[in-house]
Amino acid sequence: MTEAGTPTPARRRRQESLIPAGPVRASAHVCMAAGCLSMQADTVFDSLCERVTARGLTDVAVKRVGCLGLCAAGPLVAVPEMGRMYDHVAAGDDAALDGVVDGLAGGEGGRQTATDPFFSHQVKVVLEHCGQIDPERVEDYVAVGGYESLTKAVTTMTPAEVLGEVSRSGIRGRGGAGYPTGLKWTTVAKTDSPQGKYVVCNGDEGDPGAFMDRSVLESSPQQVLEGMAIAGYAVGANHGYVYVRAEYPLAVKRLTTAIRQAEHAGLLGPRIADTSFGFDVEIRIGAGAFVCGEETALIASIEGGRGTPRPRPPYPAASGLWGKPTLINNVETLASIPAIIGRGAEWYSAIGSGKSLGTKVFALAGSVVNTGLIEVPLGLTLREIVFDIGGGLPGGGKFKAVQTGGPSGGCMPESLLDMSVDYESLAQAGSIMGSGGMIVMDDGTCMVDVAKFFMDFCREESCGKCVPCRVGTTQMYHLLDRITRGLASRDELGELESLAGMVRDTSLCGLGQGSPNPVVSTLRYFRDEYMAHIDDHVCPAGVCKMEPREAALAAGEVAP
Amino acid sequence: MSVLTLTIEGRDVAGQTGHTILQVARENGIAIPTLCHLQGLSDVGACRLCVVEVEGQRKLFPACVTTIDEGMKVTVNSERLAAHRRRIVELLFTERNHICSVCVADRNCELQDLAVEVGLTHFDLPLLSPQAVVDATHERFGIDHNRCVLCTRCVRVCDEIEGAHTWDVMGRGTEARLITDMGIPWGDSNTCTSCGKCVQVCPTGALFEKGRSVAEARRRRPYLPYLVAHEGRTR
Ligand SMILES: Cc1cc2nc3c(=O)[nH]c(=O)nc-3n(C[C@H](O)[C@H](O)[C@H](O)COP(=O)(O)O)c2cc1C
Ligand code: SF4
Ligand code: SF4
Ligand code: SF4
Ligand code: SF4
Ligand code: FES
Ligand code: FES
Repeated sequence: MTEAGTPTPARRRRQESLIPAGPVRASAHVCMAAGCLSMQADTVFDSLCERVTARGLTDVAVKRVGCLGLCAAGPLVAVPEMGRMYDHVAAGDDAALDGVVDGLAGGEGGRQTATDPFFSHQVKVVLEHCGQIDPERVEDYVAVGGYESLTKAVTTMTPAEVLGEVSRSGIRGRGGAGYPTGLKWTTVAKTDSPQGKYVVCNGDEGDPGAFMDRSVLESSPQQVLEGMAIAGYAVGANHGYVYVRAEYPLAVKRLTTAIRQAEHAGLLGPRIADTSFGFDVEIRIGAGAFVCGEETALIASIEGGRGTPRPRPPYPAASGLWGKPTLINNVETLASIPAIIGRGAEWYSAIGSGKSLGTKVFALAGSVVNTGLIEVPLGLTLREIVFDIGGGLPGGGKFKAVQTGGPSGGCMPESLLDMSVDYESLAQAGSIMGSGGMIVMDDGTCMVDVAKFFMDFCREESCGKCVPCRVGTTQMYHLLDRITRGLASRDELGELESLAGMVRDTSLCGLGQGSPNPVVSTLRYFRDEYMAHIDDHVCPAGVCKMEPREAALAAGEVAP
Repeated sequence: MSVLTLTIEGRDVAGQTGHTILQVARENGIAIPTLCHLQGLSDVGACRLCVVEVEGQRKLFPACVTTIDEGMKVTVNSERLAAHRRRIVELLFTERNHICSVCVADRNCELQDLAVEVGLTHFDLPLLSPQAVVDATHERFGIDHNRCVLCTRCVRVCDEIEGAHTWDVMGRGTEARLITDMGIPWGDSNTCTSCGKCVQVCPTGALFEKGRSVAEARRRRPYLPYLVAHEGRTR
């Protein structure tokens, strides 16, 4: 037994789940995704195996699974048979570890997933298998019905029928822009290309604080591969690439394992399900630039060039990788496909509301009790997400705003808490759905400072190709910096607003076009905070350090 | 190829499928300011000076890379476009260190010409005044990064016409810089043929021929015949 703080004697780590030969009465699902692994989940896993063996529990399994959702409260262990979830099961915490083993044996303790609103308000389609299966065992994925949708598609449906199913499901791209997936697939399918086509899975995920795609890739990689293969069948492509950023080594490792296992099992590769359809997948590792998530930059990067966007049209659907028609979809979009084909478009489109159908995964972060990964039906209100699922603000803190859409998104104030979270409503409120970052802010947050943070991100990540984004974001950053230091005049605020409009209108790609959004939306809802910095020389939230008045006047003369 | 009809600035004009708005506008004597575009080189749509309005579309379109459609109605000059173009030129002036009075390109500089064309009379934005260097290691030419506007004309002419691919861009945002080969001094480049094409196409005083003093860089304009042969290529 290891005590906390004492060095572990050298021994081989258990690499595989502990599965009894006979029937399983209960199983401990130990999260082995990056969040919990960084909190020594692997040691927790070892200890649980030891304890289960020591107690002689022969009908109990200890499984390595993917993300369980409550990432900030890790290491996390679930016992699904008992409907329980144990958080903060720290390595070496005997009481916590024994608590889990007691739970396996039928004892009380932990959080009850059936009644805890964090779990009960969620609807899991993309995350259905996350935390349920061992991401490094294809058998596990197959056991929960994995690859049945692909088999169904290639053996019982025509490509046109698959396209029809995806179109009727109403799913829209989850990578940010929300383009109808069925329409995109149909365009690629219609483009003739004797030299082949490609399917690309966009796993670049560069938004600060976002980890939805990473979790899916780490927790259920086969699901993404299956989605890609179905897409390949529908659009007429036989090759796929998954583009993952180098900062996600675990996702890369599990994808690599998943591809090898799927090929070995004949689920990918030539002649899938004994048909003439073949599909193979390769991984491409990105250098980790935010802009490489933009589809044309991503293509340039896969081709081995500098990852900079190019003007569209031509769109990748017409001319993508090596000039061939290319379908690019986000990880989450592709991970939704097996369920859509398996259960049908009607089932999927019954989830959600209006023109925003299905579910969306969010990375809930900031001033909220339950931070982590959640999946909700589109159309839930912000209040339901923040207060019911998120559990509200910690320590009874006061809500100020919620930010969605990352560096291209915006902040919604308290008055919009009852707004429905769907593509149209978010756009109307001056934000975007984005890839799924959702940050809750309390009254200790300065909104000018928030705008400055995102502008700093954009100017650093700007690829430098086009003038409005390259120089405009830098100039906007300097103006915001001056406001937060109490140095700016009202004229400079006017400059900021005029620059924002110009950068949005004239930038080449979405990075530049979206970069003014955080400024514009905070000006829309929190203008008084800007004015307080400028006119009254105070930061109402007490975040920004104001420079002395004299300095402000003097600095007005010189360039920052 | 079929002929398409459209209107630019209210005038009925015609062009062929695949031709850009810029091409058709210029054929008809309608001026659109440009900087990164150079006839004969591929287009990158990077400077955004050529943006125009298309009726029925909220977005703006870069004329150099937008192909014409039947019935398209294009506006080249509007208050909004004029303001945006002034801003773009202002951003370029404030980005690096442009001190015309001591520049080899003074009075022979497209950035100066653009300032006049778009009516930029003063700067509202502060100068960013970055640290930028001069590489004078090449026997005949030099590059002054203080004057570079990153139009990448040099990159393209060297790659697409000379076939040397000596130039590239490194770094992001305002840190982006032109580099020779893998970032070695120009004088040490073993790909550069010293053909001088990059110096010829540079719109500013960034690339210069040695031994010329202030305002002495006399480029042969209009551009050399080898460029015209490649007319109409877009990327
Ligand atoms: C600056 C920038 C970054 C982007 N980053 C991502 C990303 O990390 N992941 C992603 O799926 N899409 C990203 N996108 C959107 C992609 O260009 C593309 O629209 C998307 O991958 C299409 O997939 P979807 O239709 O399934 O959403 C980004 C776009 C821009 C402009
Ligand atoms: S908008 Fe920014 S990131 Fe996009 S091409 Fe222009 S400089 Fe590059
Ligand atoms: S490059 Fe043109 S604008 Fe810049 S300093 Fe030289 S002459 Fe002036
Ligand atoms: S002189 Fe010619 S070869 Fe050398 S960098 Fe310039 S264009 Fe390229
Ligand atoms: S050196 Fe001249 S031609 Fe090359 S990018 Fe700079 S300004 Fe353009
Ligand atoms: S990483 Fe363990 S719960 Fe998400
Ligand atoms: S000339 Fe069209 S973008 Fe530069």
